[in-house]
Amino acid sequence: MLHPLRQMSIDSLLVANRGEIACRVIRTARRLGIRTVAVYSDVDKYSLHVKMSDEAHLLGPAPSIKSYLNQKKILDIAKTSRCIAIHPGYGFLSENAEFAEACAKENVIFVGPSASAIRDMGVKSKAKSIMEAAGVPVVPGYHGDDQAYDHLLREAECIGFPIMIKAVSGGGGKGMRIALTQSGFKEALESAKRESLQAFGDDRVLLEKYILNPRHVEVQVFGDKYGNVLYLMERDCSVQRRHQKIIEEAPAPGINEVTRKHLGEAAVRAASAVNYVGAGTVEFVYQEESGQFYFMEMNTRLQVEHPVTEMITGTDLVEWQLRVAGGEPLPLSQDDISYKGHAFEARIYAEDPSNNFLPGAGKLFYLRTPIPDEITRVETGIVEGDEVSVYYDPMIAKLVVWGPDRSSALRRLAKKLSEYHISGLATNISFLLSLCNHPEFQVGKVDTDFIPRNHKDLFSVSEPSSEIIIQACLYILMKERFAVFGQIAKNDPLSPWESGCKSFRVSHMSHRKIYLHEPSSDTEHDVSVFDNGDGTCSMHLKGNVYPGVNGVLLNEGGKTLMISYIKGIAYHSWILPSDNQIHVISHTGIFQLHQREPRFIKAQLEGEGAGDAIAPMPGVIQEVCVKPGQEVLPGDPLVIMIAMKMEYVIKAPCHAKVEKVFFKPGDSVAKNVELVHLDRQ
Amino acid sequence: MQMAFPFPCFLSRRPLVYDVAPKIKSQVEKQSPGFQENEVAMKELVGNLRKAVSRIVKGGGEKALQRHTSAGKLLVRERIDRLLDPGSPFLELSQLAGYGLYGDEEVPAGGIITGIGRVSGQECMIVGNDATVKGGTYYPITVKKHLRAQEIAEENHLPCIYLVDSGGANLPRQADVFPDRDHFGRIFYNQARMSAKGIPQLAVVLGSCTAGGAYVPAMADESIIVRQQGTIFLGGPPLVKAATGEEISAEDLGGADLHCSKSGVTDHYALDDEHALYLARKAVVEMNLEKLPDVTLSQEKSEDPLYPASDLYGIVGDNLKKTFDVREVIARILDGSKFLEFKAKYGETLVTGFGRLYGYPVGIIGNNGVLFSESAYKGTHFIQLCCKRRIPLIFLQNITGFMVGREAEAGGIAKNGAKLVTAVACAQVPKITLIIGGSYGAGNYGMCGRAYGPRFMYMWPNARISVMGGEQAANVLAQITRDQRMREGKEFTQEEEMALKDPIIARFEEEGNPYYASSRLWDDGIIDPVDTRHVLGLSLSATLNAPIPHTTFGVFRM
Repeated sequence: MLHPLRQMSIDSLLVANRGEIACRVIRTARRLGIRTVAVYSDVDKYSLHVKMSDEAHLLGPAPSIKSYLNQKKILDIAKTSRCIAIHPGYGFLSENAEFAEACAKENVIFVGPSASAIRDMGVKSKAKSIMEAAGVPVVPGYHGDDQAYDHLLREAECIGFPIMIKAVSGGGGKGMRIALTQSGFKEALESAKRESLQAFGDDRVLLEKYILNPRHVEVQVFGDKYGNVLYLMERDCSVQRRHQKIIEEAPAPGINEVTRKHLGEAAVRAASAVNYVGAGTVEFVYQEESGQFYFMEMNTRLQVEHPVTEMITGTDLVEWQLRVAGGEPLPLSQDDISYKGHAFEARIYAEDPSNNFLPGAGKLFYLRTPIPDEITRVETGIVEGDEVSVYYDPMIAKLVVWGPDRSSALRRLAKKLSEYHISGLATNISFLLSLCNHPEFQVGKVDTDFIPRNHKDLFSVSEPSSEIIIQACLYILMKERFAVFGQIAKNDPLSPWESGCKSFRVSHMSHRKIYLHEPSSDTEHDVSVFDNGDGTCSMHLKGNVYPGVNGVLLNEGGKTLMISYIKGIAYHSWILPSDNQIHVISHTGIFQLHQREPRFIKAQLEGEGAGDAIAPMPGVIQEVCVKPGQEVLPGDPLVIMIAMKMEYVIKAPCHAKVEKVFFKPGDSVAKNVELVHLDRQ
Repeated sequence: MQMAFPFPCFLSRRPLVYDVAPKIKSQVEKQSPGFQENEVAMKELVGNLRKAVSRIVKGGGEKALQRHTSAGKLLVRERIDRLLDPGSPFLELSQLAGYGLYGDEEVPAGGIITGIGRVSGQECMIVGNDATVKGGTYYPITVKKHLRAQEIAEENHLPCIYLVDSGGANLPRQADVFPDRDHFGRIFYNQARMSAKGIPQLAVVLGSCTAGGAYVPAMADESIIVRQQGTIFLGGPPLVKAATGEEISAEDLGGADLHCSKSGVTDHYALDDEHALYLARKAVVEMNLEKLPDVTLSQEKSEDPLYPASDLYGIVGDNLKKTFDVREVIARILDGSKFLEFKAKYGETLVTGFGRLYGYPVGIIGNNGVLFSESAYKGTHFIQLCCKRRIPLIFLQNITGFMVGREAEAGGIAKNGAKLVTAVACAQVPKITLIIGGSYGAGNYGMCGRAYGPRFMYMWPNARISVMGGEQAANVLAQITRDQRMREGKEFTQEEEMALKDPIIARFEEEGNPYYASSRLWDDGIIDPVDTRHVLGLSLSATLNAPIPHTTFGVFRM
């Protein structure tokens, strides 16, 4: 049956995004024979998405507002490169109604829902009332326009603490705060408003009842231009840190088919209520005990975690998006949709879990990924040598795996995570692994409080065994030997000084101590190493002697595999090389050990502004709270900086007088740079 | 058709049509009682050596170590380990210097560690004071060891790194330390001369450098000092107070801050030992040196000998009266046991031939009995060959001497032996001597004893060195006495003879002992026979830092 609406097959596509999602969209587009045009900012010039596209255009300087959020420029590029459609990916312009409208005006297809649907769902209060009208259960809350403090406080009391404060136009955890009691309300509110204003240019907030230990369950929906809407099962994204997801799975564990159907149908009702076209996600809070779920919000974009849905339903949602945007009807009907097996996605971030998940930035000196296959996807936009920039989200990759059932999928996830090797900056890989190995997670007992509740288990890193310490020492010895003997003198290649005599000593054994520091438990290990002169050494650790230790380093798919022979057992472990840190990845976990740094190196570092206000990470100065000459007390805010789209307050370390302020708002600062010079009193 | 050359280097070589390299075929019977007896005896000697060395490497006793390390200082051996390229060898010299030399006063390793090691890829001579031994003061043997290290450095063009931590001359022994030519002053003379020759001199001041000691950093090309630890002054605070009445702390008088910022005596400021050694490694990088061995190298990786070095215990043993074939020793030293013997059927008591040691060419001269005129001719010829071809020489000494007697003298053994001695003395190629048995009389000269300037000289623990064997000496003296008595018409009883001979034998035994020799620095160290390939290889490699000079021989008496 021919349909009345315009159908226009998409043959050229501008991808208005960066990183893994840009690469993801380009990959499908290329498969479909669609010409792709990428856009990039100054710092992304050599990024993967630029290399993968058929052509790429410069947007402007690094800050998003001047590049990936620059609507006019993007539309101009779309026109000059003769693209008939724009895929916004997620984040940036993906849920920007003005942009969707501007696209329509310029006669460019916006791969996403209509501006009105974005608007309806973008303003949370409005979305909620639409949902209520459509018969979708919602959480009690205040969604009014009166933003006066006293009024908000009264409303909060009315709903009852704990209260969640959310930015009206927010998402992704930004501008979101929780006030457990009345006393913390004011501070939380102000902070939420400030962050919201920064992120969205709008400081209006809404209040909601904060549901304790809820699960975050979301339903993937899809609509076409003919009024068809269907759901593609649900995902569970309960495990979160800083209100951001890190591990997602589909289908949600412990949800029976009846509930699954109810959820799906509620989601379809929600989408239908706004005549939704394209890929969308309806998020619910789900309370396991009662089986109740409440509408939370609808994301009018393709979500980060969409691959888990693809893995269990055998679909390519980007392909669907492009087809639907091109005017085709949905390729399947609800009855055709089934799911098979179980899928997980783990988000690999440049962040330091042990330091409150503080985002990091910097160069990935060493990057080796698991080898992708039918049931293992590595979604990334970053290759070795790339930099995780301060300007954008610090996500490095998504690791997606499938298995016939939840436990086999989870085992696979753990296995593949252990093959994901990154050094140069801190990542959450080790943390993700301990999540995978947590017994509660293994049985699917997940909720949004999972990480705080299991904090002790997740962060009490198991102490490395003696064998792991021995392996780290062995690696140090082999690495040193390689460094020394690797560069064979060209004029004297056979010299016994090179390798023939190893660490020969006249009539005695060479002996040295290797000091290792284990940062997670802050313990020191000292290992005495005696060189046996035959290529093996004897190591003494904690009163035990390990004679005849030796090993080999192998290159396995670009990764370093060490086989070490310790007391008759050959251990296989991956080694992540970096300056003076050694990561030993064995089946028992990832262990990080630091070789003790000579004191003089530390002294040189500390010499630079000890105890002053130092930027904890690269970022942009948001606000300077002090003036030269001002006296500050410990904990007083000195500078507020924005890094990784998050706000950081740099506080005074001690009672001091401000001597000099080095930056003004808007300045970019590098890591470890002194921001304010203090004169200690 | 595709040509397959698995090793492209074959193309550049002149291939032998039949490459059946001459290899030594070992004849050793390991099951024989002789072998096993020997093995037990030599193992005991080696065990004693290792025991002695294990005590020596501990330095100057628990209390001194405690005091040293509690001040945050590294021990001298730790310093050397940090200075060296990690995991690389250290060819330590004369570990037994001062061993039993000063009666009850123990001076382990002579209070100074010397040796060759690689620093930032460059072979260097390292001289480190052990401040745990008598405060690092210079005993006569300390001076001798320091000077010997400098001599080796100068001959072989090895940059010197002085790890200074010394109280200067040992005052009670100043007469044996200060005035003579080869005493304390010679250290600075050598520094100046080596510097002039372009052999870099680097001082790392890790402790005190008082009086004369102050000249080590001051005479160095470049020097590093550790703050709050290293001090340099001509006169220490007590002397200053006595002289001028001025009261001043050691740090203010000659600390790192003063010398790096005011006096300019030192060039680099280190925060601690580790930092100083790091800076020293950096300084070596900037010496702009490159080793260019002046010899051809094997094309392939050097092969290990075909036979284990541990066989040497059973082959050699401890009884010098038992003979062994020196080829068995050579087979356990050279690459792949390959040995192209020269004049194998002529003058058989001297074995000569060519081989490779870690890919470097060497000429080997080894004893297989007393030297006859023919042996001397052969040795002379072979040394001439090696000098013309610029091939380093290794002497394996196990020699009772030249043949004596009417026939030998009539055959001109004196002038023929002199030919060999002339050749050895004049040969400018690197010479390395290892005493694997006896080293007696003129045999010591002909086989490149200490007086003949070998670049390195080592001994096995079974070795003996003296002008002749103790028994021979006793017999000679007894014979002379008997003759004298006979002339006087007196009797020379058996008891009298014993009373004359016993102390002589005992004295020769004591003085011919390798520990006696090594403690006085008549060699560069006693080594475990098992380590021979390593020690000779490292030594040989070290000699090749210097170009090989042209040799001009003296008159060969015909």
